[in-house]
Amino acid sequence: MNLDNLPILSILIWLPILGGVWSLIIGDQEERVVKRFSFLISFVTFLLSVLLYYQFDNSFSGMQFIEELYWIESFSIKYHLGVDGIALPLIMLTTFTTILVVMAAWEVIDKNISYYMCAFLILTGLMNGVFVALDSILFYVFWESMLIPMFLIIGIWGGPNRVYATIKFFLYTFFGSVFMLVALLYLYSITDSFNIQVLQEASIGLTAQKLIFIAFFLAFAVKIPMWPVHTWLPDAHVEAPTGGSVVLAAIMLKMGGYGFLRFSLPIAPDASLFFADAMIVLSLIAIVYIGFVALVQEDMKKLIAYSSISHMGFVTLGFFIPFGIFAATNSNAGAVMGMEGAMMQMISHGFISAAMFLCVGVMYDRLHSRMIKDYGGVVNSMPYFAAFMMLFAMANSGLPGTSGFVGEFLVILSSFKLSFWIAFTAALTLILGAAYTLWMYKRVVFGEAIREEVLELKDINARETFILFLLASVVLLFGIWPAPLFDVMHVSIEQLIQHISQTKIL
Amino acid sequence: MRTDLILLIPEITLLIMACLVLVVDAFSKDPLHKVTYWMAQLSLLLTFVTVIYYSPDYSYIAFNGSFVSDMMSVLLKAFICAITIVVFFYSYEYLKENELLKGEYFILGLFAVLGMMVMSSAYHLLSIYLGLELLSLSLYAMVAMQRESTFATEAAIKYFVLGALASGMLLYGISMIYGVTGSLQFTDIVDTINSGTIDKVYLVYGMIFLIVGMAFKLGAAPFHMWVPDVYQGAPTSVTLFISSAPKLAAFAMAVRILSDGLSPLIEDWQSILSVLAILSMAVGNIIAIAQTNIKRMLAYSTIAHVGYLFLGLIAGTASGFAGSMFYIISYAFMSMGTFGMIILLGRYDLEADSLDDFKGLFLRNRWFAFIMLCLMFSMAGVPPFLGFWSKWFVLKELIASGFIELAAISVFFSIIGVYYYLRIVKLMYFDEPETMSAIKATQQMRVVLTINGILILLIGLAPNSLMHICLSAFSG
Repeated sequence: MNLDNLPILSILIWLPILGGVWSLIIGDQEERVVKRFSFLISFVTFLLSVLLYYQFDNSFSGMQFIEELYWIESFSIKYHLGVDGIALPLIMLTTFTTILVVMAAWEVIDKNISYYMCAFLILTGLMNGVFVALDSILFYVFWESMLIPMFLIIGIWGGPNRVYATIKFFLYTFFGSVFMLVALLYLYSITDSFNIQVLQEASIGLTAQKLIFIAFFLAFAVKIPMWPVHTWLPDAHVEAPTGGSVVLAAIMLKMGGYGFLRFSLPIAPDASLFFADAMIVLSLIAIVYIGFVALVQEDMKKLIAYSSISHMGFVTLGFFIPFGIFAATNSNAGAVMGMEGAMMQMISHGFISAAMFLCVGVMYDRLHSRMIKDYGGVVNSMPYFAAFMMLFAMANSGLPGTSGFVGEFLVILSSFKLSFWIAFTAALTLILGAAYTLWMYKRVVFGEAIREEVLELKDINARETFILFLLASVVLLFGIWPAPLFDVMHVSIEQLIQHISQTKIL
Repeated sequence: MRTDLILLIPEITLLIMACLVLVVDAFSKDPLHKVTYWMAQLSLLLTFVTVIYYSPDYSYIAFNGSFVSDMMSVLLKAFICAITIVVFFYSYEYLKENELLKGEYFILGLFAVLGMMVMSSAYHLLSIYLGLELLSLSLYAMVAMQRESTFATEAAIKYFVLGALASGMLLYGISMIYGVTGSLQFTDIVDTINSGTIDKVYLVYGMIFLIVGMAFKLGAAPFHMWVPDVYQGAPTSVTLFISSAPKLAAFAMAVRILSDGLSPLIEDWQSILSVLAILSMAVGNIIAIAQTNIKRMLAYSTIAHVGYLFLGLIAGTASGFAGSMFYIISYAFMSMGTFGMIILLGRYDLEADSLDDFKGLFLRNRWFAFIMLCLMFSMAGVPPFLGFWSKWFVLKELIASGFIELAAISVFFSIIGVYYYLRIVKLMYFDEPETMSAIKATQQMRVVLTINGILILLIGLAPNSLMHICLSAFSG
């Protein structure tokens, strides 16, 4: 078989989607078959993304594995796919997370298992589609249709307040996205193209750029989410089933970040420069203020949700610090570092938040409570689990040696180039993050057991150990040796920085 | 003259067939009116075939300029026939189940289709009026067919009174236009206006009355008051009919009048339509949230959809009209499917027209819950369903014509609109059912509804051909 001609990106999209449909056809009666089949599909998808990684050319900044077909000829909308160093890590994160999600559902989801698997597999395909689409309308179709499975996942398998949470989630994200559609159509009216790469090259006046930036901002800021449009996230996270929370935190938030890198920054660089200060302030508010909010949470999932928002603040900070650096120093020095730090933060947060949500899921499955006050003394009955969670809690607070440290460190370092105080404020997260995560960890895991049930909890079984082990190894691997990730993204990010440092106003 | 008649063959065929069905039905003793039903379907099929077979290569204007046969009229007529075939199918199932079966339903339907076809081809204000009245009178009678029901009677009277008022407005506008330009034929009107010898004030007055009349017929706010009552009061099969094919004819009327007859006044009608569009989207989407009856909710959703339909017209370009045509065709598809679902869930003693009847449908019947899910997300304009592309198309044309603010306002209202469609999905998927009774429906009903729903998804995945068809209607 000649691997070079394999439409690997299409397979990454359509294999999970068709697999999802097939799992419906298998049906709920064949529960074991559905689970094994879904696992197989997700595993094969992951292997394909690994294959993608090995065939990927690190030294080339443009798009690779391009597939281009006419989709809607009347308006030259194309089925146009390709990956670069920014998309590739996110695709691998997606396929990796899907395996975890499928495994996490193994004994936990007891109703409509085939629908559950179907929703997640379709979701995976659509998310892969978002990351590889090079036609803006194709991108938009993937971006929006993804809401449907997520809406159902939260609504059908979620907690008691799920209906409120899922409708809020849908409306919030839909709200942002439709304005992005208007911006895309406006861009079409001036460039006569839906091709993202053409849009990136188009020269646009400053006023138009500002409007376009705001429209994109609405879409991506809601998704990532930035303060003050973050309020859907804690609700959605708390009510979603564990798998839903994992996908939301690990991948869906990254789509907002990816959107910034693919659309906002390259299409409207001058507007990005114009708004950079505001974005940096919003990011800092997210980092510090939301960090304090996380501190007072009593619900573990909510706490992790807020910590996600705070960590995403680092991502947006890393995206916009380069503009501050251009303006202040007229050079690119340090800009690449900030951007790479933000990317690294996205990937690493994908693993860590997934791990944290899975840990809460493990406890929730046993005691059916997410409240911190219901626990205490978990270490007595679940020592292995406590050890794993310790690692993830440390990673979440950015301990050196874990992947959580790398991204934050680079972003802070890059901020120093711009201003000491920005770097100082951002660095507060190292204290705050440690405070809220470790304090929660202490209250949940150590101390006296408040409820007797806690003492009778069973430690993690082989399946859970395996999931957590996978995540722990990745977190440590990228903490100690992040080079594989940087190698993949470096050229693309340098090229992006090069691109956005030049004005598009003629 | 002979060529003129050839252009009329589809209409003539339908007229002859309708009269034939009428006679046959008068002598038929079958309580199920099988012969009438099948003959009506056959008439539509025949008309469909003749429409396609006698489609002209380019635009012909016949009968002293009062009748036009072009790509647009052919396509609209074909879609009207095709849609009505499906509507008759759903209606037959519904009427049989509810013991409302009368042969007149199909005969009136055929005459309504004839009116729609005349409207699609009218190139003269009076032929438009002729077609419109033929359509409206048939519909009034259809709404009133359920004589024992006070709701239906009330709806019929309301429909008739307001419809007559609208016709009056339209006629008044026509008379003003005639007074100013001395003609009712579109090319003459345009020539006279372009000659620059006339007083524009009276012309614009005439135009305003024409637009008011049109807005009444389409159900655009603020002339929408009849829509919810008629949708709710009429038997579901009639509501289904009203909300599908006649919208295509009304669209044809709007395009003919605005783009063919009043093209020199484009800036004037663009601004009027913008106001109507914003009002319709606002009223439709906001008030729909408060409804508990699904037929009423869909009535308000129709009002909102008419607002979006106007967006393509406001764009004022050929592809803008194509966008509106795409919009109205896909709307008719979705509307048919949704009312088909209501018919499917209903039983003899119980119309499934309350929102609560959709509760827990996921647990009762997964397949049809999925079909309804497709329909609702499609109506809301979420990709990858058909409804997304219709919104996309009109928005694109609107923005290409430079109405960016209007586009932003309209997407804002579509966010509000999403809420009430989501609520139905929520009822179906997240709530417990009130009854677990199985869905009783014939095999044909299930098959047709399935095809209808799947088409919404499939055309959504590959919308190119339908877009191409709509574009070709206006490329000539």
